[in-house]
Amino acid sequence: MQPEHTAKTLFDKIWDAHVIETRADGSSLLFVDRHLVHDATSQAFDMIEDAGLTIRRPDLTLGTADHYASTGGPIDENHAERAAIVDRLAKRARQGDFTTYGIGDERQGIVHVIGPELGFTLPGTVLVCGDSHTASHGALGALAFGIGASEIAHVLATQTLWQRRPRQMRITVDGSLKRGVTAKDLVLQVIRQIGTAGGTGFAIEYAGSVVRDLSIEERLTVCNMSIEAGARFGMVEPDDVTFDYLEGRPMAPSGVQWHQALEAWRSLKSDVNAVFDKEITIDGSEIEPTVTWGTSPEQAVTISEAVPDPASEADPARREAMQAALSYMDLQPGTPVQEIAIDRVFIGSCTNSRIEDLRAAAAIAKGRKTQVPAIVVPGSGQVKAQAEAEGLDRIFTAAGFEWRQPGCSMCVAINGDIVPPGKRCASTSNRNFAGRQGVGARTHLVSPPMAAAAAITGRLTDIRTLDTAG
Amino acid sequence: MQAFHRHRGVLVPLLGTNIDTDQIVPARFLHRPRSAGYGNQLFHDLRYDGSSAERPEFVLNQSGYEDGSILVGGPNFGCGSSREHAVWALLDYGFRVVIAPSFGDIFFNNAVNNGLLTIVADDALHDVLTQATQAETGGTAEIDLVDRTVTLNGDQRFAFNIEDHHRQALLEGASEIEMTLKALDRIRAFEAGHFDDKPWAGPR
Repeated sequence: MQPEHTAKTLFDKIWDAHVIETRADGSSLLFVDRHLVHDATSQAFDMIEDAGLTIRRPDLTLGTADHYASTGGPIDENHAERAAIVDRLAKRARQGDFTTYGIGDERQGIVHVIGPELGFTLPGTVLVCGDSHTASHGALGALAFGIGASEIAHVLATQTLWQRRPRQMRITVDGSLKRGVTAKDLVLQVIRQIGTAGGTGFAIEYAGSVVRDLSIEERLTVCNMSIEAGARFGMVEPDDVTFDYLEGRPMAPSGVQWHQALEAWRSLKSDVNAVFDKEITIDGSEIEPTVTWGTSPEQAVTISEAVPDPASEADPARREAMQAALSYMDLQPGTPVQEIAIDRVFIGSCTNSRIEDLRAAAAIAKGRKTQVPAIVVPGSGQVKAQAEAEGLDRIFTAAGFEWRQPGCSMCVAINGDIVPPGKRCASTSNRNFAGRQGVGARTHLVSPPMAAAAAITGRLTDIRTLDTAG
Repeated sequence: MQAFHRHRGVLVPLLGTNIDTDQIVPARFLHRPRSAGYGNQLFHDLRYDGSSAERPEFVLNQSGYEDGSILVGGPNFGCGSSREHAVWALLDYGFRVVIAPSFGDIFFNNAVNNGLLTIVADDALHDVLTQATQAETGGTAEIDLVDRTVTLNGDQRFAFNIEDHHRQALLEGASEIEMTLKALDRIRAFEAGHFDDKPWAGPR
């Protein structure tokens, strides 16, 4: 057994292996193995162009069109402008000599979907992207975090980044998930429990039997929403599930390098006596299907509960936030959430647009009919092709869902796909902020099967009342 | 980036919890070039209604606050997306300082990288500033990053804490990229050893 002072967490091991130097002020210059860029990072490219700099390691940079990508919905007056933004990334890729995937390429898709599926994301690497949901990639045991435009420019120009080591939190989820409970419900419950700022300043490692039993796609959903708990980093120890997922993917190592990688990756785990600054334990068996009612991801309840009453909140700041959220959401305290009628359904986003998500939603949709306009946006061209090969597209369209092209779509609502003002959307995305899905739009965050169920019944629905039929 | 030493300005209260970056600047404006400015987009949907009329209840539309430059925010200010536009919008409007009990991590780093001073206020300082904004519309404060003090009404002085590296970066206002490129030889040496040791992590 190692002496305590050398015990390291998973995070420490990757961080320490990437420190080029540490300044007197405590910040470290980290080497970046993988940099993902997308069509909404144009100002960062402007910054390095304006400074007369070039992209130092285009071979470690990978781009894709996602934020502004049309999914084939109705064409509005800004369509051409968005198409030009998407084209600008392709132009920059040609100038800067890095690879990017544009509309129509099967490898194109949401940056946090394509990284893992191509094997660009690897355990033990430092991966950054100008998007707050970059922690997703921690699902494969990468040290991955979201950065702003100035930091993107720094990485483009130097392939490094100055960072302070965050504090570390371990969230252990033991027990096992009940029927009808998904990774989305798990992470919504984590956020509900620790709060939107509970992870601020921390890197989170998710552990415990429930997490070990999750597929890579489910781990991606959990790590993805770390930022909604305030944490820039979320990660899971890589294991055989990870290695099985990665083996044979186009950008994953192969041959001798695959075996070298496996040997290195098997040591990527927190030492038994590693000390975390904070430990949280959650009983996975207690988690229920969950839905948000407010305008912050922490404002969540189980599907069996009612909209909470601000009068019962002791903390004045929280009470005020609850009142503002109820007003924006046009909800009354005490209303059972299953009585909330919805107007739109969105199945997609970097949180929930992978093949397992679509299979789970299709299982609910099969043989039924939607009551409200509903769209399904696969996370990538590859997910779309796989879903079509499995006939999921036909299940969705037969049920009245629209089957779209890949992209971020109605999660960030800047590609033309929006929820109209005052309308209420059951959404598999990650943010229920005021105006997030469109000016005046009201968002309820749910899992993919819960979103499909809401489309079928026209209200928020307990998946467990539906999933045995059909 | 703009260096920061001292600043005197009008305090603006925006005390809500979890003011996320979508509230600070809605996503539909993010395609604008940096040079186009983001001041008019700051807090857009809180400032303006659906017909682009000012919402009278929003603080920046109230007399005495139009020229505000020191924002007193609530807990978890700037949570949410990584958009640096949130910082640009605050700066372009005229804000130089945001003082709040806590900040979103990415917003905080973005602020430092642009010369926007973000002060994590302890309960005592936040209470004093909250009371000051409630007692008087258009009250002013002087922020001194050299001394690490906030001075209210010319005589009430409060110390604040800030990490040394953030303070130094703001005082110098230097571009981190240029400084890092001076270490390029060391970066190259590290990189060579790194990929020798981990060939599987190299470019594909």
